Amino acid sequence: MDLIKPEFGLIFWQTVTFLVVVFVLSRVAWKPIINGLKEREKSIAEALEKAEQARKEVALSQANNEKLLEEARIERDKIIRLAQKAADDFRNEACNKASAEAAKIIEEAKKAIETEKQQALAQIKTQIATLSIEIAEKLLKQQLENPEKQKQLVENLIKNLELN
Amino acid sequence: MCKSFTKRARKALTTSLLATFFVFFTIPTQASGEEGKEFSPGEMILHHIADSHEWHFFSIGNLHISLPLPVILIVDGKIDIFLSSEFHHAKIVEITHEGEKVKAKKLVRGENTYLLIHDKIKVEGDKMLIDLSITKNVTSLFLSVILMFWVFTSVAKGYKVNAGKPPKGIQAFFEPIIVYIRDEIAIPALGDKHEKYLPYLLTLFFFIWFNNLLGLMPGGANLTGNIAVTMTLAVLTFLITTFTAKKAYWSHIFTPPVPLPLYIIMIPVEIIGIFTKPFSLMVRLFANITAGHTIILSLLALIFIFGQMNVALGFGVGIFSVAFAVAMNMLELFVAILQAYVFTLLSAMYFANAIEEHHHEGHEHEHHHAHNEEVKEYVKTPIHNY
Repeated sequence: MDLIKPEFGLIFWQTVTFLVVVFVLSRVAWKPIINGLKEREKSIAEALEKAEQARKEVALSQANNEKLLEEARIERDKIIRLAQKAADDFRNEACNKASAEAAKIIEEAKKAIETEKQQALAQIKTQIATLSIEIAEKLLKQQLENPEKQKQLVENLIKNLELN
Repeated sequence: MCKSFTKRARKALTTSLLATFFVFFTIPTQASGEEGKEFSPGEMILHHIADSHEWHFFSIGNLHISLPLPVILIVDGKIDIFLSSEFHHAKIVEITHEGEKVKAKKLVRGENTYLLIHDKIKVEGDKMLIDLSITKNVTSLFLSVILMFWVFTSVAKGYKVNAGKPPKGIQAFFEPIIVYIRDEIAIPALGDKHEKYLPYLLTLFFFIWFNNLLGLMPGGANLTGNIAVTMTLAVLTFLITTFTAKKAYWSHIFTPPVPLPLYIIMIPVEIIGIFTKPFSLMVRLFANITAGHTIILSLLALIFIFGQMNVALGFGVGIFSVAFAVAMNMLELFVAILQAYVFTLLSAMYFANAIEEHHHEGHEHEHHHAHNEEVKEYVKTPIHNY
């Protein structure tokens, strides 16, 4: 039965010691520990909040970037399209002008050639006439050089006349 | 090479210092002349569970290695301090104590004659004796307190050194436990007011846990299995409950929400309830720890009981006894923290009960008119008395 009989001495020491422990540990341990925990929890909460904010900001700026990028892309496409059109227009115009010029030149060349041809033909005709006369003259001269031949000719002419 | 040498040298130095400590403090006591005494398991177990004026480590034959502890007695207002080793040379006498014949050690100091019966000091004659000795339990208490100071100042230092950083070392080990007590015991029970009670709850938890564990060490004192210790802790919880109690707590006891005639039953029941709560705390811790020690010691005692019949049988039983004792020890390691948790949790709930406000709305003003409804409400809230 000694087991369940509390001893005064132990109660005394236990009370004194335990109260001292509560008092001292409250000061030197629990207070700094609990404060440290609270501070850490606060800083973690703050850090999380900041991270969330930063995440939102990043998302926002990303969206902005995306928008800018999209605008730039549209702008670029527009510029390219315009440039292409301008280039096409310029090329077409140049092409048309060149072909028109070429056609004109060809036309003029054709006309010139025609004129030259006519002139050459006319010249050739004149020359042929002159040459024909000269040849006839020369042939006549040659044939009528001796009297025998002249006589023969006259006889031929008379012969033809008799026939008629 | 050099490092390991210094390490070894330091180790050797520590060992030799420890050895000197023991040589200096330990006095081999003389044989008590009880050769060939039969092994008595009951006596052995009680000896291990009960408090003592010396810290007995082990005995080899007649050589008893123990640490004598200071005896502080107040006899009729006069303080007498001496070492318990003085009883080693005391005369052994047979006296009748509480109706049974016991052997006692008789020590005469000045005008007082002390008798050491079952490790308790009595004084001869009609003298008032107050025993404030530093017994084995008190020594263990002081050691545990030193350990707690060392551990928790180290933990607290961690919050300065690692401020804003994750916890490290001993701080990392104890932080989850401290946070658990705060977040799972104190805050759910006490809400916003938990900070006022938290230091007490933390101290209570770690005090019980540390001493439960120290008690499980070989040669350790059975501090938390001592009724005086659990009583003191329970009384502290009781005093805090009583002195921080709000009006609602008292009105619930003296004007319970029941019909008037039932007051004859309810008020005594409620008043008894005030005391049964701390009483259950006291008994629960004491009984759990003492029972655990008793079971382990009984298992080990089996070895010697059978060993006395036959040495080989003793060894045979020893294998099983040790296996069971190891299993029990594992269980006790769990019980050590469980009981600390239960004591702390219940204390927190008793405090919560005491500081609760407006338990039943309008209870103070209307209890004469609205009895029936309040009885219903009373029945509907079964947890209002833990």
